[in-house]
Amino acid sequence: MTEAADNSTFGIQCDDLSLWYGSFQALYNVSTQIKPGIISGLIGPSGCGKTTLLRCCNRMNERLGNVRTQGRVLVGGKNIYDADVSLIELRKSVGMVFQRPNPLPLSISANILFGLQLHDGRRLSRSQQAEIVESALTEVMLWDDVKDRLKMKATGLQLEQQQKLCIARLLPLKPAVLLMDEPCSALDAEGTEAIEELLTNLRGRYTILIVTHNMGQASRISDECLFMLNGLLVEHGPTSQVFLKPRDKRTEEYVEGRYG
Amino acid sequence: MSDPADIPAKALFVATPAVRRRLRSQRVAVVCLSLASLAIFLPLAAVLIGLVKKALPALTWEFIVDVPRKGMTAGGIWPALVGTLYFVTLSLLAAAPIGILAGIYLNEFARDNWLTRVINLAVVNLSGVPSIVHALFGVAAFVIMLRWGQSIRAASATLAVMVLPVIIVATKEALSAVPRSFREACWNVGATRWQTIRTVVLPNSIGGILTGVILAVSRAAGETAPIMVTGAIFYKVVARGDLFPYSINEQGMALSYHLYQISRNVPNMPESMLYATALVLVVFVLAFNSVATVLRVRLRRRKKW
Repeated sequence: MTEAADNSTFGIQCDDLSLWYGSFQALYNVSTQIKPGIISGLIGPSGCGKTTLLRCCNRMNERLGNVRTQGRVLVGGKNIYDADVSLIELRKSVGMVFQRPNPLPLSISANILFGLQLHDGRRLSRSQQAEIVESALTEVMLWDDVKDRLKMKATGLQLEQQQKLCIARLLPLKPAVLLMDEPCSALDAEGTEAIEELLTNLRGRYTILIVTHNMGQASRISDECLFMLNGLLVEHGPTSQVFLKPRDKRTEEYVEGRYG
Repeated sequence: MSDPADIPAKALFVATPAVRRRLRSQRVAVVCLSLASLAIFLPLAAVLIGLVKKALPALTWEFIVDVPRKGMTAGGIWPALVGTLYFVTLSLLAAAPIGILAGIYLNEFARDNWLTRVINLAVVNLSGVPSIVHALFGVAAFVIMLRWGQSIRAASATLAVMVLPVIIVATKEALSAVPRSFREACWNVGATRWQTIRTVVLPNSIGGILTGVILAVSRAAGETAPIMVTGAIFYKVVARGDLFPYSINEQGMALSYHLYQISRNVPNMPESMLYATALVLVVFVLAFNSVATVLRVRLRRRKKW
């Protein structure tokens, strides 16, 4: 786990990325650079390709079948579509959080240790395990809530806690990039606030790319913003610039709420 | 159109003749639907009650554990009961592993191409093949081609082929009931597909898979046609209460076949013994079905995703 330090400098670079679902083209020549260690928000109306772009970054699209990708996605300088890339290694360092919290039907601590145990076998001692669980749960600000019931089934937690757990589950693998697909859309206002606080807390240690439908959220938590429309990346810049002085007419109309 | 204010308040929200007509037709529908549902239950209850009534005089513990005597007209059904256990166990030993593994492959790994579609079609059609056709296949394949002769293993193999689709379909359904989000959660921490299946998918679908296996058992236990030409025998000398009376290379008795024989080909058969045999067979099958049902209900209650 010594490579963790280098990992944190991983950015994502898309070169001329296009993607088709069957004959429908969902991404058109997307080229951009997502800076390491900051939170980048991905905004745009439904069906504009936000989630597709996000899922390209750890090749989750491929499970759907009938998907064709063209161009390159570089994570830490390595094209993840190269033939020698192992999806298993890739997903260790590029983790994803989904719209609906999806904890595994195991205990809270088993959820946290799940990834490590897949990779390292069962060589962890009990005290190591406890340490890993505590540090991951502390990092997502869940430790105090659940420290007395680590053996409880994770599916019994509140949605907000489940979502935090789903983020915590990725951390023991020392990921470089966290991809989040509308992580707050299943949560109420309070839960959303808690997740946003947590994201701010993670800023700097991970490269975070977050898809959101919520303009307010994008402006609150993201350092940079990417605006997409109909499979095109229209604009990418510092959040304040995208919201206050958009360069493109379409961005301006969207952030002003003329469509969405 | 009259202004709403014109309607006297008394008439508000009162069913018009048109609404009453719709309610009447709903009542008719409910009656028909519930009668149809009752019609499912009544025959089963009637059969069971009738069976128990007529079987009662012959139904003793002796009847279960004793061997047939006096040309079947006295004694019990022990060799047939044990024989059925043989057939069921052996066919399951063959069909369950193959069926479950095939189900896993078809649901989790197979890509959607023409070969997979052909296999899936074959599975569906296999379950629609009449059991007498399975029987003839068993004769050709196991009795003659593999030179196993008429034997318990030939009959069990035939039953195995027959229940294979039941197990495959149940396995596939149980696996596809596991939410996709569980799999995505696994893939996202770098699990291989096989690790995902082993650690998450199988533990959460084992109930459904077992249900399928148990239903296969009850189907195998009740069938007569596939075994009568491949390995069932009219009578075999067996010690009373012997748990392992047969070798798999020889023929064995079976409840279903025994029932068929004593009801058609044995003169002066006491009626109560006939019904008692039928009752034991029915209880055998129903018991397995009930286990499957209980299992399904309990697992459904346990999993709250």
